[in-house]
Amino acid sequence: MSPMERRSSVALLSVLFLGIALLYVPILVLIAYSFNASPLVNVWGGFSIAWYGQLLHNRQLLEGALLSLEVALAASSGAIVLGTLAAIALVRFTRFPGRLLLTGMVNAPLVMPEIITGITQLLLFVSMVQLLGWPHRGFTTIVLSHVTFCTAYVTITVQSRLQAADRSLEEAAQDLGATPARAFVEITLPIIAPALISSWLLCFTLSLDDLVISSFVAGPGASTLPMVIYSKVKLGVSPDINALASLIVCAVGACIVAARGFMIRGERRAAMEAQLAAR
Amino acid sequence: MRRTWAPGRWLIILPPLLFLLIFFLIPFAFAFKISFAEAAPRVPPFTDVISFTADHHLRLAISFGNYRYLLTDEVYGVAYLYSLRTAFFSTLICLALGYPMAYAIARAPRPTQGLLLLIIMLPFWTSFLLRVYALEGIIRDTGFLNTALLHLGLISQPLHIMRTSVAVYLGIIYSYLPFMVLPLFATLEKLDPTLLEAAADLGSPPWRAFWDVTLPLSIPGVIAGSMLVFIPAVGEFVIPSLLGGPNQLMIGRVLWDEFFGNHDWPVASAVAIAFLLLLVGPIAIYQYYNVRQLEA
Repeated sequence: MSPMERRSSVALLSVLFLGIALLYVPILVLIAYSFNASPLVNVWGGFSIAWYGQLLHNRQLLEGALLSLEVALAASSGAIVLGTLAAIALVRFTRFPGRLLLTGMVNAPLVMPEIITGITQLLLFVSMVQLLGWPHRGFTTIVLSHVTFCTAYVTITVQSRLQAADRSLEEAAQDLGATPARAFVEITLPIIAPALISSWLLCFTLSLDDLVISSFVAGPGASTLPMVIYSKVKLGVSPDINALASLIVCAVGACIVAARGFMIRGERRAAMEAQLAAR
Repeated sequence: MRRTWAPGRWLIILPPLLFLLIFFLIPFAFAFKISFAEAAPRVPPFTDVISFTADHHLRLAISFGNYRYLLTDEVYGVAYLYSLRTAFFSTLICLALGYPMAYAIARAPRPTQGLLLLIIMLPFWTSFLLRVYALEGIIRDTGFLNTALLHLGLISQPLHIMRTSVAVYLGIIYSYLPFMVLPLFATLEKLDPTLLEAAADLGSPPWRAFWDVTLPLSIPGVIAGSMLVFIPAVGEFVIPSLLGGPNQLMIGRVLWDEFFGNHDWPVASAVAIAFLLLLVGPIAIYQYYNVRQLEA
């Protein structure tokens, strides 16, 4: 390596580490604060887990958390089904009326500002209630709007996975008399399973995290966890939110790392099986 | 002969197509319609644009008042311009920071690459709201940064970052950096290294090879990453609301206040529609590059 190249890689690595530091320092500091006995952020009052204990007595937070978990469970499960169907349609059927429309509609929610999605969906729900008497604002409308943006994420993830999947195995199964549906379920579904699991998790966390869209469509009765957190945070830093944030960040982080490990193992096994099959 | 999906394929296509049509596309039509209504003290709080009279005649009551209001009240123009400017410069800074990061990851050995990607991805999975809140803990007057700098004797007065444009920039860069790095990495990783070797063999110094080969080939990643940062950043609500002050008026915040503060749904709809028209160009560019990349 020439001295110039070495200098440039040192510069590259410094920017990389600076970027990573920018991403992580605030979270690490927040976790440190959550163990601070003093409610003042700039004074270290000793180590304490009191703020974690307080969370258990905050009814509003607990109810918000329960609603958010229910919504996330329903929305990510619904999105997995719709998103996988959309991915199959886009990868396997190269020509059908509405293909361009579907492509646009699965990509647009990824970049559409949430505030626009939120208000337009609310206006839809309100107009639907006027015309059809359904759906009333609350759990149902939050789930429906979360399914919409989650479907986009599922489609993109599963789509790239399906494109990479080897179709010859499925074709072989069909040559041996399996129906296309059966060949898909028995051959391709296991291959794309890791992508399904990871996109389900992604949807779950995205749904759990959504503030803007939920605020618009939830209506006056229902408050999800981010809505409760937002109204508290708006008033300033509060130590019990530090504790809650640390819990959420660590739980999500652990889940993602575990899922990642699981996916990598699954991929290795699939690669090994493919090698064995080729022999 | 192999059987095809033909008859059953609409069972696969229709559910997502209809769902997204009803819950993603059609809502824009309703917002468009309601942007021509007037606020009224009833449930829902606006007048009917389309109605039927007693003798079954269609009646249209279209009011352009909301759009006229957007043009005359200068808050909206100021907020649009501020949002565009903030999003544009944050995107540039994200690009300047994200490109070297993506490049370094793309050149790292395989196992390290996976780990680095996970490190970049992880914040994207954890709560957006909580990360913005965590940033507040760093930059507020009594926050980590000021406490550390005061302690080290580098400053004698705390820096006022909260409720300024700097805080909004920091918030956007901090929140959206992973969206820049990932698409850039995806294009840089696919780059054929033999092209760079060829350039070197032909006597090109590394910076020249980078300028002539790597950079032009990574343009799709640059555009995808920039759009993934720029478009949501223009409409950002949480960041200006939690980190910005009254002067950091972004369009997302104006829309939110119009809706939740003033309960003026028709004006909020008109803001959303006008905002959407502004975004049609960037979104079309994003879609174009995205589709091309997927089909490639």
